[in-house]
Formats: sequence, C-alpha cells, structure tokens
Amino acid sequence: MSPPRPRAWPAVLLAVGLLLSGCANPSVGSADDDPKAPVTLKFWHGWSEPGEVKAIDASIRRFEKLHPNIQVKTTGNVSDATVNQALRAGGDKAPDVVSSFTTNNVGQYCDSGMWADLDPFLRKSGIDKRKVFPRTLLEYTQYEGTQCALPLLADAFGLYYNKDAFAEAGITRPPRTMSEFREDAKKLTRRDGGQVERAGFMPNFRLYQNSPDRMFAQWGPRYFDKDGKARLAKEPRTRQFFREMSRLADAQGGYRALERLRQSFGDEMSRQSGFMTGKLAMHLDGEWRGLMLKEAKPDFDWGVAPLPVPDDQADTYGRGYLTGTVAGIAHSSRHQNAAWELLRFLTTDTDQVVAFANAIHNVPSTKAALDSPRLDADPSFRTFLRIAKNPHSQALPPSTTGGQYVTAFQDFSYSVESGREKDLDKGLRELDRQIDADTLQAEN
Amino acid sequence: MALDLTSGARTGSTGRPAPGAHTLRHRRRRERLRTIGFLSPWLVGFTVFFGYPLVATVYFSFMHYNQIKQPEFVGLRNWSYVFTQMPLFGPALWNTVWLVVVMVALRVVFGIGVGLLVTKLKSGVGFFRTAFYVPYLAPPVAATVAFVFLLNPATGPVNEVLGAIGLDGPNWFNDPDWSKPSLVMLSLWGIGDLMVIFMAALLDVPKEQYEAAELDGAGPLARFRYVTWPNITPIVMFAVVTGVVQTMQYYTQALVAGKLASGVTIGPGTVIQPGYPDHSTITVPQLVYQLGFQNFNTGAACVLSLVLFAIAMAVTMLLMRRRSGLLSAED
Repeated sequence: MSPPRPRAWPAVLLAVGLLLSGCANPSVGSADDDPKAPVTLKFWHGWSEPGEVKAIDASIRRFEKLHPNIQVKTTGNVSDATVNQALRAGGDKAPDVVSSFTTNNVGQYCDSGMWADLDPFLRKSGIDKRKVFPRTLLEYTQYEGTQCALPLLADAFGLYYNKDAFAEAGITRPPRTMSEFREDAKKLTRRDGGQVERAGFMPNFRLYQNSPDRMFAQWGPRYFDKDGKARLAKEPRTRQFFREMSRLADAQGGYRALERLRQSFGDEMSRQSGFMTGKLAMHLDGEWRGLMLKEAKPDFDWGVAPLPVPDDQADTYGRGYLTGTVAGIAHSSRHQNAAWELLRFLTTDTDQVVAFANAIHNVPSTKAALDSPRLDADPSFRTFLRIAKNPHSQALPPSTTGGQYVTAFQDFSYSVESGREKDLDKGLRELDRQIDADTLQAEN
Repeated sequence: MALDLTSGARTGSTGRPAPGAHTLRHRRRRERLRTIGFLSPWLVGFTVFFGYPLVATVYFSFMHYNQIKQPEFVGLRNWSYVFTQMPLFGPALWNTVWLVVVMVALRVVFGIGVGLLVTKLKSGVGFFRTAFYVPYLAPPVAATVAFVFLLNPATGPVNEVLGAIGLDGPNWFNDPDWSKPSLVMLSLWGIGDLMVIFMAALLDVPKEQYEAAELDGAGPLARFRYVTWPNITPIVMFAVVTGVVQTMQYYTQALVAGKLASGVTIGPGTVIQPGYPDHSTITVPQLVYQLGFQNFNTGAACVLSLVLFAIAMAVTMLLMRRRSGLLSAED
C-alpha cells in the first residue's frame, strides 16, 4: 500500500490534530439546573473508618430530609488521585460534589478550573464567607481570589505527651519554648550504649505525622513573596528551623540513632506505634489521635498541649499547624445548583458542622460552630480547638502546583536532616529556584 | 496482446486497455483488500495502542496541557524544563541505567548458573527446580513487602543473624548505597523465569558436541566456552533484550520498597513519593507517572516518555545487531 500522496498530508495532519484536540477536550458542566427539581447527586469523599462513614452517612440523611428532591449517592475512601483523574476524564459517572483530605491541592483545583468557583453561589445565597469561616481556613480554600473550595472540618496539630514519663523525669508541665523542648527531650531520652531505647521527641521528618512543613509552622514562615516567588532562602526562620531540629536530634543521640529507633516502630495506627509502645515520650499529631488513644487505652497516662515555639517568639505559644478537609463542586457537574445546596449544608450549617465534628473528633470549620456550647467538652479536644482559634496558627499557602512545593521542601528537609545537604544557604537558593521553575511550568 | 509489466495492465495493439485489464485490476484490488483484511487486527492494534499514543506523546510534548484546559503550544519549554530544571530527572535516569546494567547482567549470569546447577544435579532435581521457580510466582508487591520485612535494619531477621555472627548488617533498603543492590537481590530471588529458559537451552545442547570436546581434552571451562556458550547465545541475547526492556519499565518493586522502608504514613489525600532513601530508588517510569498523573504536567511527562522510548529503542537495536552478528559468526 503506497503512503498518502503529498497533497493528502495536510488532511492527515488535520485529522490527527482534530483527534488529539478532541481527546484533550474535557466535559464542561453548568449551573443552569433547578435546585428544586428531583435529582441524584454523586458525592465522593475520603472517609473510610466505619465510625467516620457512619457519621457522613448520617449527615447525608439529615440533608436529604431537608431537601426531599435531592438524593445523594456517596462513594467513600476516594483519594485525591482518583478525584483528579476522574474529573479530568469527565463523563456522567464523575462526581458532582467532591472533597479532599488535604489542602495541598486547592491551588491546583482552583487554578485549573477543575473545581467550580463558589463565590457566585455564596453571593446568591447571601453568605458572607468572611463572617462564616475563620481567616486561615478561608485562605487555604482559595487561590488568587478564586474560592473553589470550602472548609469541611479542620485538623489542628499539637503535642501528645506521656505523663508517666514526664513524672519519672521530674518534668512538671509540657515545654513551651524550643529550648525547654530540647532540655525535656534530652531528659526523657533513654539510651543503651549507642542505641536509643526511648526518644524524648523524635524530630525525624519521616516519622508518622512529622512532615517538616508541620513542624515549620511553629516558626510562622512565609513561603512566597507578594509576587508568588518562593522565598525560603530569604526567610531567616528557615535556617533557625533547621538548626533547631538538628540540635533537638543531637540532644537525643543524633539523627542516625533516632532513625534506627524509628525503624523499630510499628504502623502508626496500630498498638505497635512508637507512642503507644512507650518508645516516644512526646509526639506530634492531630486532634483525631485523642479519640484513638481513648479507644486503645495505652498503659500510661497521656496529655495534650500545643507544640513549643521558638524562644524569640514565645508570645505565639498556643499556635499550631492547621489543615483540613475541603469540599467543592466538580467543574463537570450538570447539577451545580443542587450540588451547592449539599455543599452549603455540609460546610455552613452550624448544627451539621458541630454534629459532624463531634462524631469524628475533628475541629469544626465555622466560627459559629467553634463557639458552639454543644461541642465535645473533652479537655484534650478543647486544646485543639484553642490551637485552631489561635491567630498565629498557620496553614500552608495554596499553589498552582498543588503540593509540589511542599514535596520539594520535604525532599530538601530530608537531605538536611541526614547531613547530605552540606551548604544550607546554597541548597535553599536552589530549592527556591526549583519551586519557581515548577510554578512557571504549571502556569506556562 | 502483450503484458505491460510496468503498468501491470494488458494493452491491445491499439494501446487501449484490453478487455481483461479491468478484471486484473479488480483482482489486484481484491488481493490488496484481502491482505489488509488479514493484517487489520494487527493494524488496528498497532494504530490504537502504539501509533496514536506515540503521535499523541510527541504532540503533547510541545504543549502545555493540564488535562482540564485546552492544550497550548509552548515550543520546547517542556523539553527545557525536563533537561535543565527538574532535579529528579538526573537521579531517575541514573537509577534506571544502573538497574538496567547491573540487574540485567546479574540476572542473566545467575540464571545461567542456576540453569547449569539444575541440569547437572544427579538427585533432588525436582525439588531444586521447584525451589528456584516458585519465588517467581510470588506477586511482586508481596515479595517486596517480605524482603523489606526481612531486611529491616532494626528488627529484620537477616541483620539479627548477621549480628549473631559478629557482623554489623547494612541498612539495606534504608541506605542509599544499599537500596538498589537490595532490589537486585529481590530480582535474583525471583530468577525462576530465566532459570526455565536457560535450563531448556542447556538441555538442548547436543551431547555429541560435549563428547567430541572431551575427546579433544577440553576441561569444564573450555567445554562451557566452546560448546555451551555458542549454543545458548541466542537465548542469552533474548534474555538480555527482554530484561533491558522490562527493567526500563521498573516501577512497582522500587516504589513499594521505598514506601515501606521509609515508614512514612500515606494518609488519605496524600500520595506516595517515590525514591526513598535520598532518591536512590526513583526510576524514570515513576517520574513519568508522578508528572503525568499527580502533577498533571502532561507535556513534561510526554518528554520523559519519549526519552525512555528513545533509549529503549537504541539499546534494543544495538543488542539486536549484536545478536545477529553473534549468530552469523557462530552459526
């Protein structure tokens, strides 16, 4: 068979081009639907634990009672990767309402248009978002003015500590500054020759929830300047942070000895975890851990406090890292008005937010719910509520690259803690350059 | 009436097409259609699963495309990003090349060794053949999980045994210098596939050639060099070519081993970051997935895919040429 003649090539190329661009054209949704009309919505979420699924299902039933015309079909245990790929693929099986357990991808969702802009819906419903949601939570659900997500409960991070180990070491209260933290960690560390048997606090960034961005929040850094350029090299707190983490490790036997101990820990969610087995006297974790500890009943008494702050920022004690679940409307949904009714109920209805927060032991995400007298009175949970309300508490800024800059920062931090990064200043400059290159590549 | 060989049409003395010319053309067209018909399953498969994806990969490598908005032409920007601004490209390429060279070579050598062993055994042949083959049937993820558990530096039985005999065991999957050798050990454990084909090749070597060599006074090494090796060379080249192609796609074991050894919790909403420790196990296919389906940087992912394709093609062509050279020289 002879190849196409030269004059046929333009037609062949045109066909290939049309095919390629056709395949690259995702489906587009609309907000023309009548929210009073009967409709079935698809809601994808990430909750998978039986108690959590029960709580979200109960929330959906409350919504359906209020909106008898709307039926909601839920799909649980859905990861961000699945949501991302499903919304890009489009089609009538894609969800209408979506949620994500991380705020890292909000910038990507808003900037790409994958999650619909919610400001028109908020305006239409007469909701002043600034009055409803705490500032930090609003910041992590928008990107460059596009509010494509709303907070659906939040997570605050604090310090869990072993009260028995504290009493044994003669420590009367949890540390508040980094120098107290270092001293207490040293006192609480138990060693056998070169091996660490119990760490006071393990600063190693790969331990369970210890990612460096969560620890770094205690310094209150600014990742980007007003033009959106990375400024970790210019931020003096970055050097302070790495120096302090290194000193904290050295006070307890050094990074390698602690890594060896870490490798002996069991799964984070099991009874073999470092904190449950008493191999960690202090431990960074989120508010949900309290509920799990109560159910697991460890053979020691435990307490909760905010994570210490740098000595030169002692007045910010009480702060912590904030993140949370976010929810939005899929760009491809053809029932966006009905989807908004569900989203509005889940994120702004005070009774619903309080009930859901109590059920799954998460921090409520509206101002009214945070002040509600019906919130769980458990003192450990209340500590996290105070961390969430603290004006110095910090969340990660959204980026168009999603969590790519966080990953780059984590990678860099792993190199620093292991001693592979010899020149911190040069490394930080290179890190900024890389984050900017990734941002440019995403924006193009 | 004469047959015009150049045009393929019958012509009469007047120069006009003869009455049978139409029939001949018709028959040829029918033959051509029949040929295409027989080829069509392959043609459809080739077009859908290779031709179109390849053209699309080249097309998107010049586009900014996040799989939501319409693609935009950006020239060589994706190429420049991959080659000059993506710090993981170097380690991923190095690791992939390292694995191709070391893992493939060792697997072939080990496969021949095990093949020789199980063909020479006088007793217990069935047991040893089964023992060497069964690990190959283990699912890659399960086998990797087991290896990470066995080689855990703090609690693993391997280091316990080494410690008992006074040796300080390495950190295996937790040490950047040992992580790739640990993956090689895992692949050698599952050598069953190569053992079977080498065993078949070794059993196929004519006995008379060994007898003739022995009569000529050839020792075991000389017999291997001048009898066994020339006979099994085509199978060795097959093992190398398929090994190279498979190892260039190395993904699962490195990802699972890195994730498990790191101990990092992968909660809902977070993604597995490959490469632990210190990017020593990140491979090009992992990077393609990360760029394409986690960062939705389709253009850069396409560039990397094309680089991988070009390297795989070049290596395969080189090996195939070498193979034909060897065959013609020895046969």
